Amino acid sequence: MPEAKTEPIATRQAYGDALVELGERDENVVALDADLAVSTQSIKFGKKFPERFFNCGAAEAGMMSMACGLAATGKVPYASTFAVFATGRSYDQIRLGIAHNQLKVRIGASHGGVSLGEDGASHQMIEDIALMRVLPHMRVVVPADYNQAYRAVIESYERFEGPIYMRFGRPSTPIVYEEIPETLGSGTDVLREGKDISIIATGHMVWRALDAAETLAREDGVEAEVLNVVTVKPLDTDAVIESLAKTGVGVTAEEHRVAGGLADAVREAAAEQHPVPIFALGLGDEFGVSGTAEACMEHFNLTASGIIEQAREALLKKPIVSHPPIHGGHG
Amino acid sequence: MHLKPVPDPAPPLDDGRKASVAELERYATVLRINCVRMLAVAKSGHLDSSLSAADVVTALYYRVLRHDPRNPSWPERDRFVLCKGHAAPIQYAALAEHGYFPHQDLMGLRKIGSHLQGHPDMTRTPGVEVSTGSLGQGLSMCVGICLALRLDELDDNVQVFGVLSDGDIQEGETWEGVAAAAHFEVPNLTAVIDYNHLQTDGTTEEVMDTGDVRAKFEAFGWDAIEIDGHDMGAIVEALERSRTLRRPAAIVCQTKKGRGVSFMEGRFGFHGKPPSQEQAEQALEELETRYREQTDALGSDTPPPDSGPEIPAPADSTD
Repeated sequence: MPEAKTEPIATRQAYGDALVELGERDENVVALDADLAVSTQSIKFGKKFPERFFNCGAAEAGMMSMACGLAATGKVPYASTFAVFATGRSYDQIRLGIAHNQLKVRIGASHGGVSLGEDGASHQMIEDIALMRVLPHMRVVVPADYNQAYRAVIESYERFEGPIYMRFGRPSTPIVYEEIPETLGSGTDVLREGKDISIIATGHMVWRALDAAETLAREDGVEAEVLNVVTVKPLDTDAVIESLAKTGVGVTAEEHRVAGGLADAVREAAAEQHPVPIFALGLGDEFGVSGTAEACMEHFNLTASGIIEQAREALLKKPIVSHPPIHGGHG
Repeated sequence: MHLKPVPDPAPPLDDGRKASVAELERYATVLRINCVRMLAVAKSGHLDSSLSAADVVTALYYRVLRHDPRNPSWPERDRFVLCKGHAAPIQYAALAEHGYFPHQDLMGLRKIGSHLQGHPDMTRTPGVEVSTGSLGQGLSMCVGICLALRLDELDDNVQVFGVLSDGDIQEGETWEGVAAAAHFEVPNLTAVIDYNHLQTDGTTEEVMDTGDVRAKFEAFGWDAIEIDGHDMGAIVEALERSRTLRRPAAIVCQTKKGRGVSFMEGRFGFHGKPPSQEQAEQALEELETRYREQTDALGSDTPPPDSGPEIPAPADSTD
């Protein structure tokens, strides 16, 4: 493993860096891109291993089917493009060729969410987690920072024979993990312990969740527990339910539609196993807009203060007793 | 033109002989009979699309492909990809005839618990290289296979054959694959287009005219020829020639949907419709008559196929 990064840097940079390490490790690792190799950073692999790098041009559907053919013939393909094209444009190709066949294909989707910025709604992918989460056999991974993203890519080669969708971001974001962490084990890390409320976040919202927890402690005297869900599917329901059982109320935070995203994953688990109020921060029934990355995040309230607002609302709905006593007994 | 040696197909016949054109024509009848019986039992599926591809599939499995049914994952096997996955019955018939799985499995087509799905499924059926059924994906899958074979330094000897339909030609993704094959200069890809001119809603000319398919492939930088897709001699020659080329090769086969069954041949209205019991019986009568004629013409010294038209008639195939 390389040295952990300490300064803000984009998760997509980790994709390119880790791909090079994988390329050195195993000549069966191949990479494909669809004319966005500089943006996705797969270009780093392409420069080092040109014979194993296939730029498919602006032809994402064909790229995914080629990845299927490569994997069916013993290679480990990493196929990258923007999240919007990696999922929406080529859904049917991923569905039959990759997910159905349970092939070891890794989809490296960069520029997920509204922090893609200026290109606007046509390019800001806010449904990819939902699309990939409903696909049978597909694992969905959304790293929180560079260090976790690096390890996620390495582990995507080392573990799991089935397909994996990995979402990376465009802008530089602060470092959450001081070391390069073990990542795809349970897929959920408790980054901060607390007893009052669970803030369950993924991707670019994780560092904001930690900021929000600091403020809640300082201003409200609320001890928030912060969970980073790097593997949105399959969700580590034990970790999520354990936290919700302790705190009795939750907030989810994601740079994605609430429908079908992390919010729904958490609510599905909680509804069955431990129903408590869970407020969701994310995009509603709306598309993205043009602006700088940070302006777009602020436009949709995808900020620490957005999380704090949700947390304060949620705390008002928190049941007085999170485990109601069983009535009718006389001890 | 760059030529490369043609490896011997293995195993073409148990005694190591290459099947003659006349023998291949009889094998094609065997596969057609299998298809009619399968569809009559399944009461579901695409019979006419299977019949139009029967001659090409026969030429591949009985003569051109290097494959080993005892070892379906042999790394140096040629790859067969049925891009037009709805013609699955014709591939299943060929696989069963070669012993990839027991012959009686054919009667489970499209039924719960059977490994013979409505469209080819690599996770269930031995001999299926990749799952298909969504038109347009197959050729790009073939390109991916070719690139992997190149990295394994097997592309000199291992040929990848994709069989496409009119629907595949209409799908945009096919042309992504056509461009990629030319761009990456894959030397070992043969695309066979089963151009039968009929699709679900009408003729291709009515629904979405695919025009001069051969010229389109040529414009993308492929070697492209057009043949009668029911002329077994021409099919074998074109397939064997394609593997000698050092560039992707398209063989546009002018075919007739439902070929071999007089009341279906070139007729609209049978796509995706299984034959009724009466239609199946009529089709089988025609095909079995042809089988006997072909057997007689071959003379007594030619060994009959392992099974021939001996699949038990279905007991429950009343419609």
